[in-house]
Amino acid sequence: MTTVPLEPVAAPDTRWRVLRGRNASDRLYRGALTALALMLPLLLVAFLGELGTSAWPAIRHFGVRFLVTSVWDPVAEVYGAAPMIFGTLASSFLAVLIAVPLALGVAIYLTEFSPKWVRQPIAFLVELLAAIPSVVYGLWGIFVLIPFLRTYVVPPLRALFGWTPFLSGVFYGSSLLAGSVILAIMILPYIAAVSREVLLAVPASQREAALGMGATRWEAVWTAVVPYGRAGLIGAVILGMGRALGETMAVTMLIGNRHDISLSVLQPAYTMAAAIANEFSEATTNLYLSALFEVGLILFVVTVAVNALARLLIWRVARGTAVGSRAL
Amino acid sequence: MNARRLRRRLVNGTMTALVGALSFVAVLALVLILGHLVAKGASSLDWNFFTKNPVPTGETGGGVAHAIVGSGIIVGLAALIGLPIGIGTGLYLAEYGSGRLGWVVRFVADVLNGTPSIVVGIFVWTWLVRPMGHFSAFAGSVALAILMVPMIARTTEELVRLVPHSLREAALALGYPRWRTSLRIVARTALAGILTGCLVAVARIAGETAPLLFTALGNVNFNTHIGEPMEALSLQIFQYATGPFDEWHRLAWASALVLMGLVLVLAILARWVLRSRHGAAR
Amino acid sequence: MAPPADGRVRLETQRLTALYGRRAAVKDVSILFPTHTVTAVIGPSGCGKSTFLRCLNRMHELAEGGWVTGKVLLDGEDIYDRDVDPIQLRRRVGMVFQRPTPFPTMTIYDNVAAGLRVNGRRPRAQLDAAVETALRRAALWDEVKDRLRHSALALSGGQQQRLCVARALAPEPEVLLLDEPTASLDPTGTQRIEELCHELKARYTIVIVTHNLQQAARISDYTAFFYLGDLIELGRTEQLFTKPSKEQTEAYITGRFG
Repeated sequence: MTTVPLEPVAAPDTRWRVLRGRNASDRLYRGALTALALMLPLLLVAFLGELGTSAWPAIRHFGVRFLVTSVWDPVAEVYGAAPMIFGTLASSFLAVLIAVPLALGVAIYLTEFSPKWVRQPIAFLVELLAAIPSVVYGLWGIFVLIPFLRTYVVPPLRALFGWTPFLSGVFYGSSLLAGSVILAIMILPYIAAVSREVLLAVPASQREAALGMGATRWEAVWTAVVPYGRAGLIGAVILGMGRALGETMAVTMLIGNRHDISLSVLQPAYTMAAAIANEFSEATTNLYLSALFEVGLILFVVTVAVNALARLLIWRVARGTAVGSRAL
Repeated sequence: MNARRLRRRLVNGTMTALVGALSFVAVLALVLILGHLVAKGASSLDWNFFTKNPVPTGETGGGVAHAIVGSGIIVGLAALIGLPIGIGTGLYLAEYGSGRLGWVVRFVADVLNGTPSIVVGIFVWTWLVRPMGHFSAFAGSVALAILMVPMIARTTEELVRLVPHSLREAALALGYPRWRTSLRIVARTALAGILTGCLVAVARIAGETAPLLFTALGNVNFNTHIGEPMEALSLQIFQYATGPFDEWHRLAWASALVLMGLVLVLAILARWVLRSRHGAAR
Repeated sequence: MAPPADGRVRLETQRLTALYGRRAAVKDVSILFPTHTVTAVIGPSGCGKSTFLRCLNRMHELAEGGWVTGKVLLDGEDIYDRDVDPIQLRRRVGMVFQRPTPFPTMTIYDNVAAGLRVNGRRPRAQLDAAVETALRRAALWDEVKDRLRHSALALSGGQQQRLCVARALAPEPEVLLLDEPTASLDPTGTQRIEELCHELKARYTIVIVTHNLQQAARISDYTAFFYLGDLIELGRTEQLFTKPSKEQTEAYITGRFG
């Protein structure tokens, strides 16, 4: 619109430097990064493809029976994975049941009640639990946890609830209980770290509003902060659940590896991950191997679904940030 | 009314004490585990332990030199494969990740982050071990690298995003090409944080066992050839802990102490790197 | 070496419109920037003055949804031409931002040399000389010559901003764009930058965006007043500030809005 001639317009200076040209290196850079980034989705596809292909003979041979029958007999070539599916779910559920109060306690204590100077150290120590290798948990479980359970935990439990089916039978050590307790300690840091970040993401105004109405500190936490972060907290718990479902070594070393469904937590059980770890190298026939691949495929699909659900829930609270990926 | 107030204050006090106690229990678990490791493992750490290979069962003495070296090789190779891919993916997500592909990659990374490591193990078995016809340390490294990539990608992305936008603009305004801005200015500024993420990832995979069961397999002999089966500390602990001999149990505790020490050093180093440098992070 | 203002046009916008998606932030603006002059761009915040400045070195297109219509001619060449490389362009049109942005991982020396190094390797001695020249022109040499190897973050805010000026000058651009360069500085720092503008216009064509009217009056030869994305008035600075021809301009410079 506004053209304002200022001064007599003269010819511009001679061009003394290039203006034109293409910067190919930028495209190369973008291309290289894209190629690297594409590897992850391709990997996921390859995972599904490989596992699916390898599991196909078993899927075709047994169909749904694979999921609901309990006979696992490599000699007769009959495979039903129900006990390990049950064991996986039961141990993860129990682990979550034990870990959630602890983890929420840690998260609430650290965000709301603790003196400032203990926050970083305690958070660090709890996160350090995640740094302990699974196999070390297994070792500790065999030589420390199981004797401890046998002496101090099982007798009183039995005295109180021995009449229920959940505590029947002889306690030999390796059992659903031992596996679940070790799993609970292992997933505790994940749930605690994510819950803490979720609680930190709750706007201070929520807390202040409750406190301003005369609520006690605890009431503010329980009626304002926790409900606000509910979706994220559920996400944290599900994330912990996902970890527990796929955990292998410690569980293999502690759960007893018995292919049987028992309601008693004192009895040995089996999990999908443990079955693969124990039997994969022994699988001599194609169908046996295929059955184990089907177990792996189920485990993979279930954990992917559980993790996806957890992520979506956490993203809803702390949009876009990689909450929890920093947990050690 | 007064009774009600009293009750509310009582609840407040009780719950404060309770969450404090729960935190104490969580920390106690760590202290107990580390304490037992030291108590049961430290006495076995001697010169032989670090320099000798295992002796036949029944004899005493011998060490785990082969497993320490094996772990070093397998984890080192995994880092060599996993770090470039992970960092590259993280840079992609930070630089170009606003579109649909970025969303997909981010989501897949988060999902793979939770994949059971045993599943990664059997996947690599079908991919590398079965076609090659034998177990190898290389396959083990690939399995561990697959576990590293999503972790590193997400931390790298997060830390690169923390670099102020103004720095990127300043570089571009100076005639920096985008790639150079990304690497020399942005990634360089976030380097301490990225390094921390890498150390944390290495610390985590260093203790992994399940992905190595059907890839690196383990080996009673000293071996440095990555095309052959190789022992790792974690595999060694599994074997010794579940075996029947007291001598094995003793070595298992000592190996666990060494492995834990290694992981702790990496984790603490990671914290230290983050604190001692200016720039990004917490 | 410094030629006087000769009335040549270094930079020119022709019917330039800058958009974010479908929203125009700068509408149909045509301005000439003669060589060796300082042109101030003023206006209330949100008037599009920063966006306008960013069109001059093609930084605008890096923003989410940023694109332009119209032309920007640098020495008669349209910088939005298809085969123009924005990276080459930005080496000829330097820019300094609102906040000092020294590269935190580099030393003072490396900061200044950064723009030269991306332009290809050159001998050490030549680089040393160019860095010294740039720092002298930015009136920073005497303060930092003994600590060129120290981190740039050790400098004060004002020094950091002059460092950024030196960094922009080192590749010998023809045009210097200043985007509210004194917004985050104390009065002393502001004064140094203003003095610098006077000295630098002997060599460069300067466009400065500022929200400080006194500053515009003090340092510029021409002033452009933007309001809601439109160029309302453009003229010699004394004239625009003493006898504005548009009512809106008068309202703005007398402080009735903005």
